[in-house]
Amino acid sequence: MSVNTGTTAGEPLMRPMSAETRRAHRDAFSDRIFRRTVAAAGLFVLLVLGGAAFSMLWGGRDAFLTFGPEFLWSTEWDAVNHRFGALVPIYGTIVTALIAMIIAVPVSFGIAVYLTEVAPTWLRTPVGAAIELLAGIPSIIYGMWGLFVFVPFMGEYISPWLNDNIGEWPILGPLFRGPPLGMGMLTAGIVLAVMVIPFISSVMREVFLTVPTRLKESAYALGSTTTEVVWDVVLPYTRSAVIGGIFLGLGRALGETMAVTFVLGNAHRLSASLLEPGNSIAATIANEFTEADSDIYLSSLIALGFLLFVVTFIVLAIAKLMLSRLNRQEFAK
Amino acid sequence: MSAGTVADHLYRRRRLANQLALTLATAATLFGVFWLIWILWTALSFGIGAMKWDLFTQMTPPPGSDGGLLNAFAGSLIMCLGAILIGTPIGIAAGTYLAEFTGRSRLGETIRFFNDILLSAPSIVLGLFIYELVVHQVGHFSAIAGALALALIVLPVVVRTTDEMLKLVPGQMREAALSLGVPQWKVTMQVLFRSALPGIVTGVLLALARISGETAPLLFTALNNQYWTTDLNAPMASIPVVIFQYAMSPYESWQQLAWAGAFVVTIFVLLLSLVSRAILLRNKVRND
Repeated sequence: MSVNTGTTAGEPLMRPMSAETRRAHRDAFSDRIFRRTVAAAGLFVLLVLGGAAFSMLWGGRDAFLTFGPEFLWSTEWDAVNHRFGALVPIYGTIVTALIAMIIAVPVSFGIAVYLTEVAPTWLRTPVGAAIELLAGIPSIIYGMWGLFVFVPFMGEYISPWLNDNIGEWPILGPLFRGPPLGMGMLTAGIVLAVMVIPFISSVMREVFLTVPTRLKESAYALGSTTTEVVWDVVLPYTRSAVIGGIFLGLGRALGETMAVTFVLGNAHRLSASLLEPGNSIAATIANEFTEADSDIYLSSLIALGFLLFVVTFIVLAIAKLMLSRLNRQEFAK
Repeated sequence: MSAGTVADHLYRRRRLANQLALTLATAATLFGVFWLIWILWTALSFGIGAMKWDLFTQMTPPPGSDGGLLNAFAGSLIMCLGAILIGTPIGIAAGTYLAEFTGRSRLGETIRFFNDILLSAPSIVLGLFIYELVVHQVGHFSAIAGALALALIVLPVVVRTTDEMLKLVPGQMREAALSLGVPQWKVTMQVLFRSALPGIVTGVLLALARISGETAPLLFTALNNQYWTTDLNAPMASIPVVIFQYAMSPYESWQQLAWAGAFVVTIFVLLLSLVSRAILLRNKVRND
């Protein structure tokens, strides 16, 4: 280019410059278009999330306005008289997710420790990959397994055993007293746990792998056992990200639909026993949406969806913040 | 002497605690793997028993009689393709914006934050969103609405992989191309995308794996259809919704079809995950 302008220096600079500037203008113009297009796509992501929240609030406004705040703690769910309250689905969602976390968190932690510290090296990659593959299996498969295989198993063996052995205990007893239906909160919680174990354990495994080998080997050199290294070096280093991973799993468990719809029993009844059928927000929506025959019924279901969205948003936001804390820590190094 | 026995005691206790903890970790792994094998084995064994040629040649039957899943396969294929066609370009564009234009600025981090939330948001919520936005406005369920709902699931997956893959492209490549006077859009389209392509393809395949078994958002958007249709403006059957309906039914023949559908979906999803892993791995080996 410089050679070009050099040879044309004596001539009036108009013609070659104009060809070049035209090209530069065209490039600048197309770059601007390009930049705006991709920026629009980026903002579209924000728009989707905001739009989802707003549209569900809008769709549920009838229910929120008609029932007021009572919608949150009323146990009524009466399609005939058009009285709706969200307490039973909210209770079911929280209880099933809690059961899932009680089972899944220690198991996932064990798996992550096994895959990073215990297993022979040749075994780590295949087992880790297998667990990640299984995280991709559609939830409806878990639901079918739950309905056809696990519910009968629970009804035949686990529920009667719990009823006979723990049902008489003073405080925990009422939780495990009930008919051996197989369906219910406990079953749904266990199925959810099986679903989120791959998620949580793969997040934990990944964050455990970020711990600098230097730190771990220093601890080993001082004579620490593997357990002490995990407990005193790995966990403190990754604590926030581990909590983030747990919240990520909790977000999944709260919003999971198909796996619990199959095994929860769809009963709008508040009962202390975990062996009784119940309902969750997602399962209620999935089961009843196409049957909703009045506007207020539909609006109540969408209002439930809005509540679910708000709760999962908070849980996932916490998860994200906790996980990014580890990244920042690594970045600062 | 007594000091020695105290130390011995301490060592023994630590060793025992260690062995106990490691045994528990191994047990946890066996416990986790046990359930997953149980579920996979169930899907495969029930599914193989229900596989037959009619599955791919006949329509979904009325209650109690025999038939296939042809219209559901076609519906799933159409809606998944539609979702990929809608979600991928927007996702790639948004991912490009994040990686090439925002860097670690506040806007970029905000979009990443909300994109990650969208990535894990319950799919049922996205279905309700499209119901309000499309189905409620138009007045009827349609395959377009189904594809849109699935596209919202594809979008964050593609955004994230594009963002990450572009960030892996060495900065020298950008500088070399820009210093030749190539405009930025050409640098992105012809240099960066070419280098990041295997990663982006992996992201699209993973998104496809995710939506091919997705049920909840389709319940309120595409609904279901017992008959063959390619009309995008009408309700359309899909494999997951048919599985849901048939598995919950009391008819033996319907349940058999549900297992067959579940089998096909499981195999398809596992194959997709394996293929995308293979692409990533090959790419890694080549780059190393």
